[in-house]
Amino acid sequence: MFGLQGKVALVTGATGGIGAEIARALHRQGAKVALSGTREAVLAELAAELGEGALVAPANLSDPAAPQALVEQVEAGLGRLDILVNNAGFTRDGLAMRMSDKDWADVLEVDLAAPFRLARAAMRGMMKRRAGRIISIASIVGTTGNPGQANYAAAKAGLVGMSKSLAQELASRGITVNVVAPGFIRTPMTDALNDQQKTRLMERIPMGRMGEAADIAAAVAYLASDEAGWVTGATLHVNGGMAMI
Amino acid sequence: MSDTAEKVKKIVVEHLGVEEAKVTAEASFIDDLGADSLDTVELVMAFEEAFGVEIPDDAAEKITTVKDAIDYIEAQKAA
Repeated sequence: MFGLQGKVALVTGATGGIGAEIARALHRQGAKVALSGTREAVLAELAAELGEGALVAPANLSDPAAPQALVEQVEAGLGRLDILVNNAGFTRDGLAMRMSDKDWADVLEVDLAAPFRLARAAMRGMMKRRAGRIISIASIVGTTGNPGQANYAAAKAGLVGMSKSLAQELASRGITVNVVAPGFIRTPMTDALNDQQKTRLMERIPMGRMGEAADIAAAVAYLASDEAGWVTGATLHVNGGMAMI
Repeated sequence: MSDTAEKVKKIVVEHLGVEEAKVTAEASFIDDLGADSLDTVELVMAFEEAFGVEIPDDAAEKITTVKDAIDYIEAQKAA
């Protein structure tokens, strides 16, 4: 089950911990994987680790023309694009009182507009083949909100509304559009929390541990598979039970 | 039949998977050929690609029959 042999995937933000793990998981299931991000050397390292069936495809998604070019590069390099994983995103936190227009716009641009543009570019080939997967990585904060993250939470909530709309537009073409919403994932940043902070966080997570990138990658691999063909417009919350929504 | 008409019909046949005989000049994409709204968008994009023309949204909205498409493309090519 859940094999991806013969499929081609594009993972944006593949330089990050979650993105790299998603790329590994899809590759392990048999897909060829295009790795996108801004740091080419890190992408090349990951491509070398994966071996055959990996393409390095650097892109700066703050450039509005980049998504179309990136999809074209993947289709030229690997022949097609079956699975788009919108994982790239960044934060620029600050309380709303102090949040500049630029901090708002920059986050919305990369975290919401770029995924839309990528989906628009990718859906053409998918529509022709009557099959495709568009999976966006949102966040628990898109549903719950989080002080200091008005921009990021808005973008992540926006991905959900966008995906539900695209899901309805594209269902008749065999394309599913879904969202994976991670909770707190273990990263160098969360590792740096002190014991008291960690204890307080754990009290809010029924599973009693932080998420791992692999927890998110497994959810993506499932939604990418043929077996998930009847799941569309859904948000899969992967958060250890922190928010049951 | 003009080259344009031939090409347009071929695209319609391929895209909508309908019999060539049904693709008459008067045939409406949606009412006669079973296209849905997404099909009409795809057709317009296919025309743009095949003929190297730009079909803006307001013009695309008015292209509802095979003849509409042929006329629009020929007018663009003549311009």
